[in-house]
Amino acid sequence: MDVTLNHYLVLSAILFAIGTAGVFLRRNVITLLLSIEIMLNAVNLTFVAAGRQFAAVDGQVIVFFVMTVAAAEAAVGLAIVIALFRHRESLNPEAFTSLKW
Amino acid sequence: MGFETIGFYVLGALAVAASLGVIGQRNPIYSVMLLIGSFGALAGLYILLDSPFTAVTQIIVYAGAIMVLFLFVVMLLNVPREDAAEWDRSHPLNRPGARRLGAALAVFLVLELGWAVWHISTREAVAFKDISSGGISSVAALGRSIFTDYAFQFEATSILILAAMVGAVVLARKEQE
Repeated sequence: MDVTLNHYLVLSAILFAIGTAGVFLRRNVITLLLSIEIMLNAVNLTFVAAGRQFAAVDGQVIVFFVMTVAAAEAAVGLAIVIALFRHRESLNPEAFTSLKW
Repeated sequence: MGFETIGFYVLGALAVAASLGVIGQRNPIYSVMLLIGSFGALAGLYILLDSPFTAVTQIIVYAGAIMVLFLFVVMLLNVPREDAAEWDRSHPLNRPGARRLGAALAVFLVLELGWAVWHISTREAVAFKDISSGGISSVAALGRSIFTDYAFQFEATSILILAAMVGAVVLARKEQE
């Protein structure tokens, strides 16, 4: 049995579900950001596999842009984490329930 | 079973196992290391999908740059373990009603995933197109697409990067008293 688009879509769905579970289960802001990266990568796999299926280069172009956005997101997200940690000395998201203190 | 099939299953299992490790680890440093492994496996899958440029970018940008940034912050903050207990009692999301709703939704999601896997495995699948003649794997084709069809998006990306850079500097800066 050859590997088809379906296999890649299922793998991507599993990875995305793992990322979602990480966002909901973990109590650590950095692990939340890592889970978001897992989800972004699952979507990237879908784009590359679909681009391969339709013999179009656009899938890889979108992945290129997703990586750029992921880099920007990581930079800003980690800056926010540092700023929050400076205020609360904690990485628990439930420590950050107020917008102003 | 051909080389590509074995490669897919090995790399796919590696990616799933590493991702599970990421959300299973208590120590964020191990999480970051495992995520780098997951990204490496995904880069292998991109090579199987005839996308070498994306695979290399995955390694350089994701595993190289973004994960080093994460590692840097983890070591800077120096918080090896998550501190759980004291917040769990008070937060509304942890009260029984909301927790039950979340659990029900999670079970629903898993059932949906299982349903999709079951349906895909029982359905006739379409094989990948033969692309040996016109390459989507060439960097030249990718570059031509980015700098012609997606030129505007590419320029918009540069503004996004600039905004993210300024935002990161402003957010992480220490307040001058």
